[in-house]
Amino acid sequence: MIPELGHFALIVALLLALTQSILPLVGARRGNLTLMSVARPAAQGQFVFVALAFACLAWSFLTNDFTVENVARNSFSQLPEVYRFTATWGSHEGSMLMWVMILGFWTTAVSVFSRHLPDDMVARVIGIMGLISVGFLAFLLTTSNPFERLVPAPMDGRDMNPLLQDWGMIIHPPMLYMGYVGFAVAFAFAIAALLSGKLDAAWARWSRPWTTVAWAFLTLGIVLGAWWAYRELGWGGWWFWDPTENASFMPWLAGTALIHSLAVTEKRGAFKAWTVLLALIAFSLSLLGTFLVRSGVLSSVHAFATDPARGSFILGFLAVVIGGSLILYAWRAPRMITGGAFTWFSREALLLANNVILLAAMGSVLLGTLYPLFMDAMGMGKISVGPPYFNAVFVPVMAPVLFLVGVGPLARWKEASLPDLFARLKWALAVAVVTGLLLPFTLDGFNPWATLGFALAAWILLTVLVGFRERMQHGTRLTQLPRAFWGMQLAHLGLAWGIAGITVVANYQLERNVRMNVGDYTELAGYTFTFQGATEYNGPNYRAAKGTVEVTRDGRKIATLHPEKRIYNASGMPMTEAAIHPSFFRDLYVALGEPLDDQARTWAVRVFYKPFIDWLWIGALFLVVGGFLAASDRRYRIALKKLAIPAGAASQGA
Amino acid sequence: MKRWLPVIVFFVLVGFFAKGLFLNPREVPSPFIGKPAPAFTLPLVGNEAQTFSPADMKGKVWILNVWAPWCVSCRQEHPVLMALAQSGAVPIVGLNWKDKDREAAQLLAQHGSPYVAVPDDLSGKVGIDYGVTGTPESYVIDKEGIVRMKHIGPIDPDVWKNKIEPKLKELGA
Repeated sequence: MIPELGHFALIVALLLALTQSILPLVGARRGNLTLMSVARPAAQGQFVFVALAFACLAWSFLTNDFTVENVARNSFSQLPEVYRFTATWGSHEGSMLMWVMILGFWTTAVSVFSRHLPDDMVARVIGIMGLISVGFLAFLLTTSNPFERLVPAPMDGRDMNPLLQDWGMIIHPPMLYMGYVGFAVAFAFAIAALLSGKLDAAWARWSRPWTTVAWAFLTLGIVLGAWWAYRELGWGGWWFWDPTENASFMPWLAGTALIHSLAVTEKRGAFKAWTVLLALIAFSLSLLGTFLVRSGVLSSVHAFATDPARGSFILGFLAVVIGGSLILYAWRAPRMITGGAFTWFSREALLLANNVILLAAMGSVLLGTLYPLFMDAMGMGKISVGPPYFNAVFVPVMAPVLFLVGVGPLARWKEASLPDLFARLKWALAVAVVTGLLLPFTLDGFNPWATLGFALAAWILLTVLVGFRERMQHGTRLTQLPRAFWGMQLAHLGLAWGIAGITVVANYQLERNVRMNVGDYTELAGYTFTFQGATEYNGPNYRAAKGTVEVTRDGRKIATLHPEKRIYNASGMPMTEAAIHPSFFRDLYVALGEPLDDQARTWAVRVFYKPFIDWLWIGALFLVVGGFLAASDRRYRIALKKLAIPAGAASQGA
Repeated sequence: MKRWLPVIVFFVLVGFFAKGLFLNPREVPSPFIGKPAPAFTLPLVGNEAQTFSPADMKGKVWILNVWAPWCVSCRQEHPVLMALAQSGAVPIVGLNWKDKDREAAQLLAQHGSPYVAVPDDLSGKVGIDYGVTGTPESYVIDKEGIVRMKHIGPIDPDVWKNKIEPKLKELGA
């Protein structure tokens, strides 16, 4: 009964989404206030019904209702309760349902926080977001119904993928989707502006906080994914350039370009067409990511069930949404009046350079991700593109952007002076270069990659400090600086912090694969790891061998680590649970490989010394906090109040 | 013209994606195609005194279907195999892979067995020799004991009609 209720709620949600898109869009076109006013309640109602459907699915999982095919495939009676709940979005169907629910959440947020916007703008934005909901709800109902019954019901479920049975996986997808789907708001604002022809600084000011919040969520989601991979895959890595990772990274790069380009459009009225295009691209890449992951056109460790019917549906939807919006752009873009002239050396020009490079980086990731597909489609064989390509291409492309991070915020708008800028930054530059050159010698001798990384990290850190000092020269106190400034500086600082961490861990990590019997020890980076054997135990839905490794340094005990090797009961899938002893300057990481004898006394053990890896997570958190801080700047609310235009006057622009 | 560039690039991509939908990146060409099927001798499920070896099938075109009682896709495939067995199209041998809970005999008794023999690969070693990546997987083996085709995933009527049946005809089953 509950699953049928959920199914019914989805159908109601689809009808409401149709109402939410058609009536307000028609109303905005005709200047009909009654039709436009449907937008808010319809959007909120749609969200309520999608959330109800989601609750029904969660209920089916929590109560082990194996008559529901989705539950039977992705859950298991012995699965702990918390994972039975998170299994709700562990499957293809469930995660798409979550996608739609988060879209509904964002739409509802727009409907609540848009009181100061012109009515026709609100109607268009909510209407366009409604069209996206229509597409995804139709996709769910026609090809991926999460409430499909299974007759006869199996005795037990097939279990959730053991890789996903981790608390990092509980919050990773919702955060990632908050980011992906959040770009729908910027997308809808861009389309609404193209439709109405009113593309001005006010438009940029409205889009900006939404985009920044979505970007911060996406950052958090990606980092949680990396952190999960680090702890759960047992290979000690945190980024594998897997197609699914790339699918989330490409919108992030485009989104990063977008938040910077929006700043120029808001402050100077320049790059309007470019900013609109970026807003379209950022969300298009989110949709593309969804397509790549769901359709199975690329093979990936994360890919869900492959099904051409689903792939065809999403591809058709993609063609309509992205193709349609790009055609609208090509048709309407020439009408945009470019404002705010600037010279080749100015903050505008530097931000444009940042944008171009970020998009080039995105393009190189896109090319590497899709290359196997191109080759296969043209009958030129099966290949795979791995980390060597991405590292070789991506790092050099990104280095100039990181250099610009130091210059951009200090350059003047309109026209900057190179000698002036050099005078302000010469010390920062000198210290950064010297740090980069000398620091590797204190560690391991000359290393060009470490030099580049350290120099860039030091450069960003120092220029951030210069930025603070210049702002405070005229007696301004730290607490008086606007949140937008704090947000930017914290995010840039986080970048410096993260780069330092990545540089150290990539160049100076140590790793040892050893065969260990009970009592054997191995030494790594001054630490002694002693294997004290492995014991068997039964988890709720798995059997495990739990190793004990004692770590000492100079005879002093540092930690006792318990890496595990689990075999999950329902799927028979083996899983590695690495044991990590974290600290500010290094992680000690131990993973159990395979037992090497019948009594399970001798094991293959992987031991890693990961210096500064936690700096990466800390730096990423700064990026996220910086994003939220910038989006909460008071001036958005104040500015919106001032800009509110009477509805009658606004609707004539259509 | 410049502003139409994104549209053009996008639709070229769509073209590739449309093509890509009907390709399978996982269809890894098996190194065993055209090679003799790896030999093994395993006891039969339900009758441990008897054994099975691929050599027993010499002179016949047959299918080695790797399955397991714990595998849900195999249950999905089961009715299709039953129909094939009843039609007498091809003998199917069901390699019972890693059946740690010893459920195969009971399961086949309950739901019927489409197999002429069910060798019991408890340790999973034979599966490894064949390069099994997951259940179900099926190998078409010819009269000389050469592997001619590998199919990953359940056999459904579509796969049977378009992929396996033509191959069997070609091999003179």
